[in-house]
Amino acid sequence: MSGFMRLLRRDLLLAWREGGALGTALGFYLVVVALMPLGLGPDLNLLSRIASGILWVALLLAALLSLPRIFETDADDGALDVMALGTLPLELVAGAKSLAHWISTGIPLAIMAPVLGVLLNLEVRAYPLLFATMLAGTPAISFLGAIGAALTIRARRGGLLLALLVLPLYVPTLIFGITAINAALLSPDGFAASFLILSAISLVSVVLGPIAAAAALRTQME
Amino acid sequence: MQNQSITQRLANPTRFMQLTDWLMPLTAAIAVVVIAAGLYLALFVAPPDYQQGETVKIMFIHVPSAWLGMMGYLMIAISSFGLLVFRHPLADVSAKAAAPIGAAFTLLALITGSLWGKPMWGTYWVWDARLTSVLILFFLYLGLMALRSALDDESLAAKQAAVLGLVGVVILPIIKFSVDWWNTLHQPASVVKLDGPAIHSSILVPLLVNAVGFSILFLALHMKAMRNEVLRRRVKALRLAEVERAAKRERTAAAPAE
Repeated sequence: MSGFMRLLRRDLLLAWREGGALGTALGFYLVVVALMPLGLGPDLNLLSRIASGILWVALLLAALLSLPRIFETDADDGALDVMALGTLPLELVAGAKSLAHWISTGIPLAIMAPVLGVLLNLEVRAYPLLFATMLAGTPAISFLGAIGAALTIRARRGGLLLALLVLPLYVPTLIFGITAINAALLSPDGFAASFLILSAISLVSVVLGPIAAAAALRTQME
Repeated sequence: MQNQSITQRLANPTRFMQLTDWLMPLTAAIAVVVIAAGLYLALFVAPPDYQQGETVKIMFIHVPSAWLGMMGYLMIAISSFGLLVFRHPLADVSAKAAAPIGAAFTLLALITGSLWGKPMWGTYWVWDARLTSVLILFFLYLGLMALRSALDDESLAAKQAAVLGLVGVVILPIIKFSVDWWNTLHQPASVVKLDGPAIHSSILVPLLVNAVGFSILFLALHMKAMRNEVLRRRVKALRLAEVERAAKRERTAAAPAE
């Protein structure tokens, strides 16, 4: 088994055995979505129209909450320094950790989204669209988020700073995720263009994120 | 030593300080003159637009500000590259100094744009691609400044901010081409085009004069901010040296008493 796979397995195991972090993210997601109808009023037509937007924004916030976990614990107990000294390039370390974050947080949040859609009277047609766009978009959230997580390991008020650094980078993902859903609801063939751009954003992030995150980690180890 | 490029020669902060000692006031004076001329041309010579009336004059501030908001980020990106790749000693000073100035111009562009949008579009703000991407640019500036202020170790903060600065440079082409890629309310490019500008010279000339004036103003402000930063670092180094000396004196004074 290569070092990359072993690291991925270790991180997934840690995420699984810790358990609490994922539960917190899912719980946060649920609470934010449940708060929206209280703020906007229980008008089901209105909620149905803006449901996909609410679900996407709340997913960003919930994912944001779990981002520090990518590097924080390993930086605290020194495991990250050991990994940096190992044979696996730091870029791949960052890549494996981002991938573990996507599998342990991104996918569960995407699976949770259609369930929460029930609360917001989401159109039945939109369920598969929502799930597809989130599955395609969440890699961007994990891999771009890793950059922010790497930059804020040693910062004061790291959590708030992380939000300020990372949320602007998430805007394209959010825009094209929502556009894809709305376009598909209007006409059956409007889905592809936005969905392809969304996938492209994710793929670019998968390349760019680990490189930038590794650069950020290296500057802290010199 | 003869073959050094300008950037290499300026790598010495002392030489930079000597050069900007007279260059900074000079550029500032030129900026004042050019902007005064540009504003005169814009406000008194340029005709009011046949559709927009006098509100078109907001554009003489808005367009140069928006350009400089982007140029400021380009400056940060180039400086970040210079820091991470060439370890240029002044690169971080330049990146740090450019951030608040670029943010100020970006904010100016956003504010003047919304002041113009109210009478023209009937609203202060629309969520079209150009406006949104410029707003993201403003957030990136805020993030850069916040990241610096959150890290105590200055050399670490410099490198971290450089990494973030290079990641954020993706936004610049998005801003530039947002009006072509998406069907936006904001008008498409009309000055920098392959087949020549689409604006009549009576408007274009004051606009370009203002753009040049604002650019020189940017350079002057940037130089001034860089000088301040160099001086601030010197003061800090002197203070640290003073503390060291005081501690040494105390140690030697305490030693005979033992």
